[in-house]
Amino acid sequence: MAHDCCETVMVNAPPGALKVVLVGNPNVGKSAVFHALTGVYVEVSNYPGTTVDINSGRMGEAVIYDTPGVYGVSAFNEEERVAREMIMQAETVVNVVDAAHLDRDLFLTLQLIDMGFPTVVALNMMDEAAAQGLAVDVDRLSALLGVEVIPTVAVKGQGVGELKAAVLRARRGHRTPAIAPLLPDLSAPADAVLVAEDDEVVCHAHGLALPGTREEIYRLRRERADDTAVKVIKETNRGASFATRLGRWSIQPVTGPAIMLLFLIAMYYIVGVGLAQWLVNITEKTWMDGYYVPFVTGLVARVVSLDGFIGQVLAGEFGLLTMTVSYLIGLLLPLVVGFYLVLAFMEDSGYLPRVAVLVDRLMTKVGLNGRAVIPMILGFGCVTMATMSTRLMGTKRERTIATFLLSLAIPCSAQLAVIAAMLAPLGLLYGLLFTAILLVIYGVAGVAMDKMLPGRSSDLLIDLPPLRWPNPKNILQKSYLKSKMFIMEAGPIFAVGSVLVSVLSAWGILERLQGALAPVTVGWLGLPKEAARAFIMGFVRRDFGAAGLFDLTLTPHQTMVSLMTITLFVPCIASVMIMLKERGKKEGMLMWVADLTLAIFIGGLVNRALFW
Amino acid sequence: MKLIEAVPGQEFVITDIADDFVRLQAIRFGIAEGARAICQTVLPGGPVVVRKGKQEMALGRNLASRIQVRPVEGK
Repeated sequence: MAHDCCETVMVNAPPGALKVVLVGNPNVGKSAVFHALTGVYVEVSNYPGTTVDINSGRMGEAVIYDTPGVYGVSAFNEEERVAREMIMQAETVVNVVDAAHLDRDLFLTLQLIDMGFPTVVALNMMDEAAAQGLAVDVDRLSALLGVEVIPTVAVKGQGVGELKAAVLRARRGHRTPAIAPLLPDLSAPADAVLVAEDDEVVCHAHGLALPGTREEIYRLRRERADDTAVKVIKETNRGASFATRLGRWSIQPVTGPAIMLLFLIAMYYIVGVGLAQWLVNITEKTWMDGYYVPFVTGLVARVVSLDGFIGQVLAGEFGLLTMTVSYLIGLLLPLVVGFYLVLAFMEDSGYLPRVAVLVDRLMTKVGLNGRAVIPMILGFGCVTMATMSTRLMGTKRERTIATFLLSLAIPCSAQLAVIAAMLAPLGLLYGLLFTAILLVIYGVAGVAMDKMLPGRSSDLLIDLPPLRWPNPKNILQKSYLKSKMFIMEAGPIFAVGSVLVSVLSAWGILERLQGALAPVTVGWLGLPKEAARAFIMGFVRRDFGAAGLFDLTLTPHQTMVSLMTITLFVPCIASVMIMLKERGKKEGMLMWVADLTLAIFIGGLVNRALFW
Repeated sequence: MKLIEAVPGQEFVITDIADDFVRLQAIRFGIAEGARAICQTVLPGGPVVVRKGKQEMALGRNLASRIQVRPVEGK
């Protein structure tokens, strides 16, 4: 495709291969089409400078790229920017549309055709459309668009062979006649369309001012999309399926919260009980403490003395080969995998946007909208990743609020594991109290931020995809990739942190710091002075710090105070880096200092307020 | 009337969206001015869920109060 702007890197593009880009609205089964076209060998790479992951794979001589789901080619948010840049480099576009939502999806289809890309339309989810009583006249649609339309049910592999063949025959379609007079005279039709649609980057590249014709073009295209949909869709019956009814119940005033509660309880039993207690007991206690740690300690002892400096760093209390490995693989990995499985299920089933609708009212109180549940839920997995996902939020104001709340009051899965393990023996009352205090802090901090920050946050505007039973293969694949990224990111930080603490400990610096911090730890927080070690470790990672509290002998009261402090404490080094990068040095540092101050202040208050 | 005042089951035509960014998004979703939709649910103090054909979408309360709609008679 000829185009003369936006120099960007196409991930892993081999020379000479046909570049095919998959484009579609969110939740239309795009990744299922992608996997059906490319088979098992998929490469995942992070799109440069973004949080967006791009899958790519081979189909014969062609390379197929998956893109984030978008409603149009524009730059309203980060995912759209990535999708737009990839589309601009496409030689052929496979547009995946949801047969049950054809009128919505045709806007993007027509935009791609207007931009002059050789296109094939995969009319996906034909089974779902049929179940909803919709029939699509495929030949008529193909004639109206001027490109091939292949009906598919990608999750079942139906229509995939035909689609593969059609990709190689892709042709340019009938461009929307009504918009032709509005297009500037440029050699590349894709550029011409984006210029006329006020795309700042493309206008700038051509040295043109924004023509201000975007809304008019959008309207003309929408008219053609609606008109096309009316001509090709036949509704055979109007009965709502069980999934449709369940989808509606899930956002009704009474049944909605009830369904969410059931979902949370199920999640608690799967992740909280099944994984955090049963599985971790096996991986951490039996495998790691039982077999791995004694084995590797013995191995190190054969080479160096365990009491020496090197021995301590490798296999001591905070050993690189002992604690780091057993903690990362034995404790965190099962939890993180479990968490991502649940998250992938929520995403792929279409339940996540419904949760956003239910909590919108509460989130607006803290200056966010319902969509913010996505980073918040992600935060319970990994705060670092969640902080990156705040880029998807509408305004800078919301990104600031969400980042701060994440850094203060959302414990990540690793930390939750340690908290749960320490609170469990104290009984239900402590658990509830802990949760209640944390919620109050979250609420108060959020409301205060909303009042202090100037401006206005954006409103909820979210598309509710149909509820459907997700494809297990897609869920496993997604969770596997995310868990792998987690280990690759957390692993090195853990290693550096444990070496650092070993070194501080070996040189006696840890001892002296503990003494210096005694007025805070002992005086204000009422904890033994060794607790300072846990807080120092907490600068590296909060969960690491919480784990440091694990070995101390604490009264229930002290456990509560120390856990509260470490939960609110500064987020892990990786999160701080991302905070500084995303929010700027000044704002990031301010948040970091606020986290630290609030953690110690509130910890002390809890120490004084709980007198039984 | 405003969209926020709609009751579940009510059918209406969208007449005006007083927010440039939302108007563009709405065109892409297919619920632009002139589109006919049904109010599906209103969460107390929360968002309004509207349906056009098989497509459902939720709009925050604040946003729904800046969208003008005209009820379709006889519904």
